[in-house]
Amino acid sequence: MSLTYNRKMLEEAGEVYDRWDREVEKTFEKHPERLERFSTVSDMEIQRIYTPKDVAEQDFVRDVGAPGQYPFTRGVQPTMYRGRLWTMRMFAGLGSAKDTNARFHHLVNAGQTGLSTAFDMPTLMGYDTDSPRARGECGKCGVAIDTLRDMEELFEGLPIDRITTSMTINPPAPVIWGMYIAMAENRGIDRRQLGGTIQNDMLKEFIAQKTFMCPPKPSLRLITDTVEFGTQEVPRWNTISISGYHIREAGSTAVQELAFTLADGIAYVDAALERGLDVDDFAPRLSFFFNSHLDFFEELAKFRAARRMWARIMEERFKAKNERSLWLRFHTQTAGCSLTAQQPYNNIVRTAIEALAAVMGGTQSLHTNSLDEVLAIPTEEAATIALRTQQIIAEECGAANSIDPLGGSYMVEALTDRMEEEAFEIIHKIDDMGGMLSAIEKNYPQQEIADAAYHYQQQIDRKEKTVVGVNKYVTEESLPVELLQIDEELERLQIERTTRIRNDRDRQRARDCLERLEEACVEGRNVMPPIIDAAKAHATLQEMCDVFRKVFGEYRDPGIY
Amino acid sequence: MERNRRLRVMVAKPGLDGHDRGARIIARAFRDAGFEVVYSGLHQTPEEIVHAAIQEDVDLIGLSSLAGAHSYLFPAVVEFLKERDAEDIQVIGGGIIPEEDITRLKAAGIREIFTPGSTLDDIVAWVRENVNPKE
Amino acid sequence: MPSTSELVEKVISGDVRSVARVIRDIDDGIPAVRDVLKALYPHTGKAYVIGITGAPGVGKSTLVDQMIGHLRADGKTVGVLAVDPTSPFSGGAILGDRVRMQRHSMDEGVFIRSLATRGHFGGLTQSTRSAIDVLDAMGKDIVIVETVGVGQDEVDVVRSAHTTVICVIPGMGDDIQAIKAGILEVGDIFLINKADREGSDKTLSDLRLMIDMDQKKYESGTWKPPILKAQAVFDQGVTELLEEIAKHADYLRSVYGDLRFRARKDKVREELAEMIKNRLVETVLRGITDTGEFEEAAEAIVRGDIDPYTASDDLVLPKISLPDPE
Repeated sequence: MSLTYNRKMLEEAGEVYDRWDREVEKTFEKHPERLERFSTVSDMEIQRIYTPKDVAEQDFVRDVGAPGQYPFTRGVQPTMYRGRLWTMRMFAGLGSAKDTNARFHHLVNAGQTGLSTAFDMPTLMGYDTDSPRARGECGKCGVAIDTLRDMEELFEGLPIDRITTSMTINPPAPVIWGMYIAMAENRGIDRRQLGGTIQNDMLKEFIAQKTFMCPPKPSLRLITDTVEFGTQEVPRWNTISISGYHIREAGSTAVQELAFTLADGIAYVDAALERGLDVDDFAPRLSFFFNSHLDFFEELAKFRAARRMWARIMEERFKAKNERSLWLRFHTQTAGCSLTAQQPYNNIVRTAIEALAAVMGGTQSLHTNSLDEVLAIPTEEAATIALRTQQIIAEECGAANSIDPLGGSYMVEALTDRMEEEAFEIIHKIDDMGGMLSAIEKNYPQQEIADAAYHYQQQIDRKEKTVVGVNKYVTEESLPVELLQIDEELERLQIERTTRIRNDRDRQRARDCLERLEEACVEGRNVMPPIIDAAKAHATLQEMCDVFRKVFGEYRDPGIY
Repeated sequence: MERNRRLRVMVAKPGLDGHDRGARIIARAFRDAGFEVVYSGLHQTPEEIVHAAIQEDVDLIGLSSLAGAHSYLFPAVVEFLKERDAEDIQVIGGGIIPEEDITRLKAAGIREIFTPGSTLDDIVAWVRENVNPKE
Repeated sequence: MPSTSELVEKVISGDVRSVARVIRDIDDGIPAVRDVLKALYPHTGKAYVIGITGAPGVGKSTLVDQMIGHLRADGKTVGVLAVDPTSPFSGGAILGDRVRMQRHSMDEGVFIRSLATRGHFGGLTQSTRSAIDVLDAMGKDIVIVETVGVGQDEVDVVRSAHTTVICVIPGMGDDIQAIKAGILEVGDIFLINKADREGSDKTLSDLRLMIDMDQKKYESGTWKPPILKAQAVFDQGVTELLEEIAKHADYLRSVYGDLRFRARKDKVREELAEMIKNRLVETVLRGITDTGEFEEAAEAIVRGDIDPYTASDDLVLPKISLPDPE
């Protein structure tokens, strides 16, 4: 035990602040505080001032330590941004594969260091563009991928053996990843060279984003297949990005985001261990994805707490030996739900503050939202401003000069401790329910998030929380923003193209491949090898997903409000 | 004391987008305003929504969309209502919908569009003002 | 506005809009709907009515969804009434049972309607019973009524069913107590859903113990409720449930010779008594409320001018012109 502050110092500080408190409160009759209660965006109450007393129990070595050292509160790498800046990874996807490919080339030329792909809704749900369920949705919020041909066009001319690619895809993740590997191999690139991330986090889909296909148990099995395959065949790939982002966007508090995300992580580790994998073989490739909302201190405390909690979970609960297994590496996206359609240029400022919190919190990569993201897919100009925001934070304002510069702030340390404590309480509750799968079956996280979201909305409506331009400082006139329109003709062209590929391919071969995929599903063999074969045989995304639906059944929304 | 018509509203999520935060919050706000709310659940086609709305004899359908497919989905709901001779069921929409689309959607028969920033009170007040339970 | 006879014609021909409208009128307590119900009555009595009840979260809607699937595959048409509680605070309700059955919404052979418990004048029982009649008259072979099994109202609702299924899940000891206290007698079949969960054998033996207490009754040939295990989400145990329901129907047929409730004096008596009660409440209470007499009397009691016994006599007896019950 080595308490950060010694008893004597704590006593003296206590006296100073007790006196101060009494004096300040005397002035309240004349000059009361602005609010009766100060609280974060998540409605966590914040004190008038934080003092050594609030971190009296902190043990510096045990709880804070140095960057690159357990429990990694101050960062996972020893040099952090002094060694290498975070990866500036802007999410992009629009219209056709060709359009998105052009946007990728633009971003790489503008200095972006990693690619990140957004898919359209039919792709995200495992439907081809010509499915009756897909009508009107092609290319609307990302790129449409039906076949290997689309995947090839998407990455044409991009150095995928050198640049990492992140793909935001969940239920059809094994299929999209399989298509990516097939595309790379057709270009002569060894799968062992490929680096990137598939989101592939189904638990948060049931909890928050509601993009689902099969029920929770088989979904977890498919994820475990990818973890196993990645560990053995594609070692540079992050096979799950355990995501709190969407949990937060669905309306959770910061603590709930933290707790549910780590509880999801625990469930994935459990599943992989059950498969017989060694924790240190796969855990280093698990990565995380968090939201950065507007409450600067709450957010950066969340990131610090997350790192410390995961290190403790991996060491104490899973007995991981490899230091890399203990690292919580994470991608951050600024909060889409904090942007407003009113006075949209204010969004640049919001995003900048959120991005700064992510950097103060030690993120490994970052997407900054564009000012028009609340209205439509970003225009090239808006996306460029968002990227420039990161570059200004990285290279102009000095934020990246020192590691964990806010560590040691009484407030930041106290909030970090409190986030950890409250999040662990929730995790223990989930443990008591029998783990995240059964908590989801009991609709526990869904209900908690629904309640938090409604509470927040009511606070805004009652003006207890300010949203500039929405419930305060409202102006009548709206500044016109140029919006990107997706050509309605796109859907017809994409359907034609997919139909042509279906007709022109070696049909027998595609059918055989799909049969082998079905056998693997039924017999419990890893689905990745047959998926890669089927992709090369030009089986479509939906054809493969239909196999999953047939074997594992379809999950339907339980409708929690 | 019953003998009053109570407003019945269907809150529906057309299309594949699963972002139901808005839909869920609106459903609760409508309940708290004293309406009977039938929730359609996620991933519904326009036709499924219309069939359900007719069986439930609702006065209003509130559609929510956040993934840009409203241009097809919202008017399709109005079209299917017409086809089924149920034009008396009014349709409103909400979500991420650009200004120029709003004009087009209104022309297609969507009575009102609420965009991010509309308060729950605004929406409830609009419904009280403009939708009467059928006689 | 279509006339009553047009509306009746349309309901009988299965017109979905008209059926939906008539159920709305029942729910809203529109007096004119009585004439429609009168005219529909001769066309009712054909449907087989199944009641599904159980605490929130036991998976009733999912079970109903699977039952619809099986019944449709069998060529039967199905009507569903899903009852959800009204918020006591706002009077509003979120009716969400339908979510789990939405895959059937396009099927013309299926009609699903959500009802709120409201705080009905005539009672939930009466309005649900009338709604069953409407689905029956529109020609549905099977009508399933799903209710949250709490409160006398809900128990009474399932009394209108031919077969009542009580759903429980493992590890809900309190529920078993509640069943014992209130709804045991209405259960024709017990179903342990989510039977893969821990404690399902314990639940089974608890239920068995409870049912076996009436062993004597069964020896004289009375139906003995079977206990089934199911996992409705995976469509397991649903076929067996439907088989048991069919057996129960056979039993009813063997005892009463006819499945129609109206051929059974006990049921007719029950329904008639219920209707008289509701009619009285509806007409008398509504009458004196509208005239303000009710409020006046309440105030008089508060002031101590009169006792509630005398007040109620004074208010009611003149309205129904009965001799003083001396």
